[in-house]
Order: sequence, then C-alpha cells, then structure tokens
Amino acid sequence: MAYTIEGSTGPWEVVVGLEVHAQVISQSKLFSGAATAYGASPNSQVSFVDAAFPGMLPVPNREAIAQAVRTGLGLNAQINLVSRFDRKNYFYADLPQGYQISQFEHPIVGTGVVEIELADGSTKEVGITRLHLEQDAGKSVHDQHPTKSFIDLNRSGVALMEIVSEPDIRSPEEAGAYVKKLRSILRYLGTCDGNMEEGSLRADVNVSVRKAGEAYRTRCEVKNVNSVRFVMQAVEVEALRQIAVWEGGGEVQQETRLFDPNRGETRSMRSKEDAHDYRYFPDPDLLPVVLEQGWVDGLKAALPELPDAKQARFMAEYGLSRYDAGVLVAEQATALFFEGVAKGRDAKIAANWVTGDFFAAMNRTGRTIEDPPVSAAALGQLLDLMADSTINGKIAKEVFEAMVETGKGPAAIVDERGLRQVTDTGAIDAAVDAVIAANPEKVAEYRSGKDKLFGFFVGNVMKAMAGKGNPALVNAALKAKLG
Amino acid sequence: MLTDLTLAEARDGLRARKFSAVELTDAYLAAIEAVNPKLNAYVLVTGEAARAQALAADAALARGDAGPLAGIPLAIKDLFCTQGVRTTAGSRILEPFIPPYESTVTANLLRDGAIFLGKANMDEFAMGSSNMTSAFGPVTSPWTRRGDNRALVPGGSSGGSAAAVSARIALGATATDTGGSIRQPASFCGITGIKPTYGRCSRWGVVAFASSLDQAGPVARNVEDAAILLRSMAGFDPKDSTSADLPVPDFAAACRRGVKGLRIGVPKEYRSEGMPAEIEALWQQGLGWLREAGAEIVDVSLPHTKYGLATYYIVAPAEASSNLARYDGVRFGARTAGEDLASLYENTRAEGFGAEVRRRVLIGTYVLSAGYYDAYYLKAQKVRALILKDFTDVFRTVDALVTPTAPSAAFAQGEKMDDPITMYLNDIFTVPANMSGIPGLSVPAGLDAQGLPLGLQVLGRPFDEETVFAVGAALERAAGFTALPGIRAGAGAGG
Repeated sequence: MAYTIEGSTGPWEVVVGLEVHAQVISQSKLFSGAATAYGASPNSQVSFVDAAFPGMLPVPNREAIAQAVRTGLGLNAQINLVSRFDRKNYFYADLPQGYQISQFEHPIVGTGVVEIELADGSTKEVGITRLHLEQDAGKSVHDQHPTKSFIDLNRSGVALMEIVSEPDIRSPEEAGAYVKKLRSILRYLGTCDGNMEEGSLRADVNVSVRKAGEAYRTRCEVKNVNSVRFVMQAVEVEALRQIAVWEGGGEVQQETRLFDPNRGETRSMRSKEDAHDYRYFPDPDLLPVVLEQGWVDGLKAALPELPDAKQARFMAEYGLSRYDAGVLVAEQATALFFEGVAKGRDAKIAANWVTGDFFAAMNRTGRTIEDPPVSAAALGQLLDLMADSTINGKIAKEVFEAMVETGKGPAAIVDERGLRQVTDTGAIDAAVDAVIAANPEKVAEYRSGKDKLFGFFVGNVMKAMAGKGNPALVNAALKAKLG
Repeated sequence: MLTDLTLAEARDGLRARKFSAVELTDAYLAAIEAVNPKLNAYVLVTGEAARAQALAADAALARGDAGPLAGIPLAIKDLFCTQGVRTTAGSRILEPFIPPYESTVTANLLRDGAIFLGKANMDEFAMGSSNMTSAFGPVTSPWTRRGDNRALVPGGSSGGSAAAVSARIALGATATDTGGSIRQPASFCGITGIKPTYGRCSRWGVVAFASSLDQAGPVARNVEDAAILLRSMAGFDPKDSTSADLPVPDFAAACRRGVKGLRIGVPKEYRSEGMPAEIEALWQQGLGWLREAGAEIVDVSLPHTKYGLATYYIVAPAEASSNLARYDGVRFGARTAGEDLASLYENTRAEGFGAEVRRRVLIGTYVLSAGYYDAYYLKAQKVRALILKDFTDVFRTVDALVTPTAPSAAFAQGEKMDDPITMYLNDIFTVPANMSGIPGLSVPAGLDAQGLPLGLQVLGRPFDEETVFAVGAALERAAGFTALPGIRAGAGAGG
C-alpha cells in the first residue's frame, strides 16, 4: 500500500529527492595540503590556499578524486572519464575565495542506483542523478562576541561529495531508508565516515506533494538536515505544510527552508526571488579531470564487497533470511563479526546469537562492534559448547552473561561454575523418578490424555537438575517412564 | 658606467671579478635614487635587502658556486608575491599586504642568485595599458617626443618594469602579460619583452587577474637578456595545475640560431584601419630584414583576429570578477569597517578598488550572470577556440608570425582616458596570443617621426619560444636599435 497523507480533499502523494553532502575521508583537503581532522582548534588546519591568499592556486587532491570514483562505483553509477571543476560565485565571510569550487555541468559521476529495503520486506530502487566533488566552506561562529562574528576556516576547502537522488522517494520511511543505505555504502567504501552528528553527512531534502497521477508540483528544499530521524520528520512536516497550503487555496512557492527539530517545523530561509545568481563558470585555475579507464578499473577491482552483495551471499551461503542478512550487513564490522562467529558453525544459530543476545549486550553496555563486549572468537566457542552438548541453550545464556560481565572465556566459566550439562542417564532417571513420585495427580491427568502437561514434567526435572540436564535425554527418560 | 652593461655583459663582468655584485647593486640603487622620482617606476625600493643579496652573490661568486643570475639586480613587478616584502598589485586594497610566501617565479630567480632592487609600479591588478590606473600614481615614460616635454605613458600594465629597464634603473625586470602587458610597454619603452607560452612560467604566488590568460615573463635590454631571464623564471611547478611539465630549453642559445630557411607568416588581418603609416613601414622593413637573413615571407590569414579584442574584454573581466572576490576585507589587505557583512564588503571594495578595476568587475559580473552567460561568456569561449584554431592552422605552414606590437607609439599621460574603449584598442595586436596561449615577443625595431620607439611582435608555436627568440634576435641585429631615452641613469639632470 503506497504511503499517502490524507488531506481534507483526499489522499496526497509525497515526492522526495535528496541531496546528500558527504565529507570525503582523505588526509588533506580537496585542493590544498591542509589536514582535515575534526575538532581541531579553530583555524589550525588552514593553508594559504584555503584562506584564499593572493596568488594561491588549487591543486586537485588525487585521493579525493579516487574516493569520488569509488563512491560512484559503489552506487552502480557511470564514471565520467572527463569532468570539470567550476566556480560557484557568492560572497560570504566563511567563503574565503568568494567562490566555491564545485562541479556544475560535468560532474565526475553520472547516473546510478541505490536499492533500499523497507520494513514490510519489499525493496525499491532509488535513482542517483549525479555525484560531484566540491569544497566545503568554513564556519561562522556568532555566539562568541556581542557584535562580532568569528570565522573558523578549518573546514574551508574540505572535500565534499554531493550525491543527488532522483525524485523517486515517496515516504518518510523511504527517505530514511535511503539515507541509511547510502551511509552504509559510503562506510563500506571507506569514502565517508557517515557521521551525521559531526556534520560529515548532511542532507538537503526536496519535498513536493501531488494528487495521484499528477505531474510534479512546486518543490521546496529543506536545508542541512543532520540525522536520519530528522530527514523523516522533515519530509513529513514539510509535506503536511504544503498540503495545508494547497488545500487552503494557496500555492506553494519554490523556496529554501530550514528544519527546526525542536519545534518540528520548517521555516522559510529565502525565496526563489532572493536566490543567488551563482555565475557558474569553469575554474580557469584547473584543468579538466581526465581519468584513465584502466585506473578506474583498478579502483573497481579493489572495492570491498558491498552491502547488497554481502546480503545476497549471506542468504545463499548461510541460509539466512533476507531480514537477518540485511541487519547483519548494515555495518561492515557487524558482518565481519558475524562471519567470525558463523565460520564452521551453524550459521542460523550464529545469526540468532549475534542479532539477539550479542546486540542486546552491546546496547546495554554501550560498547561498539569495534570494541565488542564479547569477541567473535569467544562467542564462537560458546556455540561450540552447545553443539557438543557440553551445555544446553538455557545455560548458554547464563554463560554468555558471565562472559560479558567478567570477560572470561566460556569454557572457563562452565568449569568454574560447574555448568556442564548432565548426560548421565542414571542421574536423569533419578530426577525423573522423583518428579513422577511427587506429582501423582499430574501423572494421572497426563496418562488420561492431557499431553500438554509434558512440558510441566520437563520443567520440573530441569529445575531439579539446576538446569543442567541434557534436554534430549530428559525428554526421552520422561517419555519412557510416563508411558 | 656599470648601469650601461647588458645583463649578459654584467654577468660576465661579475664572473671575471671586474666588479662586485655589491658595486653593481650600489650603482643601481644610486641610479634609482636619482631617476626614480621622475618616473615613479618603483613603488618600493628594498635597498638593504638588495645589498645583503649582493654580498651573498659575491660570496657565491668567490666560492665558485654562483647561480646563473648571481649578482644581477632586477625589478620585480608588484604583482609577484615576495616574502616579507609588501606586494600591492598596484591597488589600495593590498596596500598593507606583506605576503608570507615567495612566488615560484621570484623564488626561481632568487635560487639562481638574482638581486631584487624593489617592487615595480603597475596598473592596478594589471588592468590597464598606460600605467595610469595604479593606486600609487602613474609611471612616467623615460622617453619624450622630440621637442615636446609632455610626460608620456610607459604602457601597461607592466609600465614600472618597462620604464625601469629602459631608464637603466634595473638590469631586467619581471612582468606579466594578460592581454599585452609585457609586449606593449616593451614596445613603448624601446626594450624587449616576451610573454612565453601559457604554462611556461608558474602562476603560483602571482596575484591573479585573469587566470586563463595571465602569464609571467621578463622585460630586458635586449633579446638575449630576455632569454637568460626567462630560462631562470620558467619551469614546471606542481603547485600550478596549468603549469607545463616540460624541460626549459637554453633560450639564449636559440638567439644565435638565425632565421635561414624559416617561414615567417604575415597575417593580413593585422593591417588595421587607421594604423599609422610609419608603423606599417616599419613592419615591412622588418619583414625585409628577415628576408635578407634568409627567411621566407608568407602571407597568411587569421580570420578570427577581428573578434580577439571583443572576446578578450569578456573573458578577462569575467575571470577577474571572480578572482577579485577574495579582496573582501576579511582576512588580509585593507578593510573599511561596516555595520554588517554586506557593508563591510561594500565599503572595503569601494575604497580599495580604483575605477578601472570596478569597471571590469562589473563587466565580468554582468557577462557571467544568468541570462547573459550564453550570449557573452560561452560565445567568447567558442570564439577563443576559433582564434586558437587560426593559429594552429597557420603554424602548420609557417614557423613564426611577425606583426607590429601596438597600433601606436607611446601616448601622453591623460590621453585616451575619456573612453575606455580607446584604451582597450591598444591591445588589439597583443590579445590574440593570450587568447590562444602562444608565445609573443616584442623587440624594438625603430623610432617614429617624433623619436619614440616602436616594437615588432614575433608570435610562435606553443612552447616554441626558441624560434621566437631566434626571429626576435634576427630583427634586433638588423634593426641595430641603439636609441636611448632622455631620462635614464647617468643622463644628468636635464635628461
């Protein structure tokens, strides 16, 4: 069922396209040798090029170009062997050159596609229009002085990839899934760390609404939305606002708006009339970017396995469900962890443990997949202890919690705490006999046909054995003795 | 006197220890002191630093590890950033600017042992053909018309560099050429100047006017001196993406090649309406000299020449409008406070930029604006490609072209100031080389009836400056140009 918003005049369809700005992972800036570390003291990572001193010239950073190409390959996109840098002219205090070097007419990456997966298990393709490289601006700081603004140029000249989607997105959920998927691909590729809190991934959200079957109506651009949740909220509140405008007899005006997460609303930033005339023209300081097909092929050959391929492999190789595979591949490190656990073991059990107890322990302890509460090797050993009947599943959960708490290996914990499973049929028979003897009425009821009571007997036998009875042997003994 | 020596002679004299670098430098500093007040060719004289450099040069000469320009005193156009030495680009807006870095070209000269006497005056941001637009006052040409004491312009924008070399208060000078700013002042001042191929000299550290056209080059007493200087200035620079990764030839050796067997083209489109007859006559004479020296003279056509000037005055201001956006009073240079950011920009730029710079920024902004871009900038770029194609085509059949450098001799200060177009027309013969990137050299070939120098221009294939030098040197030998300006080192108070 397609997502619509019910207005007073009936259902409205939401049309969304995203422009995502992704900061390129690179040692130095797009056109200068200055460093790019986040959080350095103000104006400590600025070269004369970044500060646009007289006579300074940009020199393209080859690694940033490689990163853009890798990203294009990861988005199944066309790589343009010839692209060009243009100047986008406007004045602002944190834009030292008075122009941003960007790619306007000839971007380095052309059309591509990203597949997103939705909660109902369906998938959808979102088209990529283009990806281009550009410089980030510096930062204006307005809260340090009553009448002055401060300028921090550390970010000035840092390489950004602007990834523009087609208007293929039709709901807040799809918008969120698209950003998450894009972030996952970028992180796999190692081309952007995807950190939205630090601003290394930011989205401009283009929203319009329409009635079924209509052509596109006027869109508004909601700028600088900096979390997946906010992207979803921005789509929804902006769509609602536009529907109210249309249904109130008004007309949506093309404009740039700001999302205010505190108030849950978008506000007008500047109208189309106030839009800058950026006076784009080819940057005469830079030659066209000309790539060799062989070089692109080399980058392609060195790409890591990407989420979609990994998900398909996990389904085929490990027999996982689409959903489980999707959860495990979202982060490369999680997938790696899972494979460490699953290798040579029952993959479905491994998947259940990783997505179940392990994820829960990670959330609870606040640790990360890079610094996990239990290593993949240790979790694997725990699974081995279950597989060879040293412990049963119930005890395994207890052992796992002890592993999280103490950091010790599973075998040591089992030994220390005497948790080894009881497979001695004599001991099991004795426990079964005692439970039967203590519950004559239940035995009579069971024998008269109340099969469901079998679980009651299993539970009591296990309880009597402190949980350590081998479940299969306990079942067999009970079956035999109850008749 | 020492200031009469050419660069090659001074170099040989230093090596033979006939005089020291300190003596040579002191001679120039004394000449500057005597002559510069009349010319305003220097906006800054760095005597103390020059003497220190001279001492170092003498030490290197004594050790025997001196560079090719050791002890050679030069003027540096104030468009080249010089570390720790104020660099203004002839503009108020950079009046307080002291670069913390050295341009690649001047660093190359220092590497080779050159001595910097000071910074040469110029048209503001290299925008001008008269040196009248400098924020630090006009430069007066060392030349005057016979029987007429009116101050003449030295040409521009490298007017300070050309005047200093001509008046012998510098042995040579750096200059830059965006539309003729080396060749036209060289022609007006009776000296040699070459705009090498675009990409031959690094633009790093040179204050930008129009990035796709700007190119550094030398002005010098003669062709060989220009060749010696260019060899030191040129070379690949990884800091300039448009710099050419090619070896730098021995240009001075090329000056001795001769022109026997060369095919020299004469573009018919350079016969402009209203060109003075004596310039036409000098041109024909130059071609005659080359024919006598063994070259073959061939008529050729460059059909898009007539669009050169118009397209230049679209492309250059467009790039300038963007290049000059960085002078905003925020990080360096002059700043005139305002109530808010917009008024800070407006006040700073209104006070900092002169009228010609403001005019070109306005033109450039206009031609790049939405709705006008296609009609002006894009079209100009297409014409530019055709101009290059014209040259590519003729260089299949000829080795070099010879034309006049400028459509007139030097004019008086204040002339041609009423209508900017009249001034722009001065660049008509020089602009095509910038639009196409090819090398162009101006060599003095004679005097007009009023006793003012006239230059001929030699154009060559991209990165074939050697042929250009060979042809230029042949013209120089035949012309035997020995005239000297009235105002010069050692000429006495009367001039």
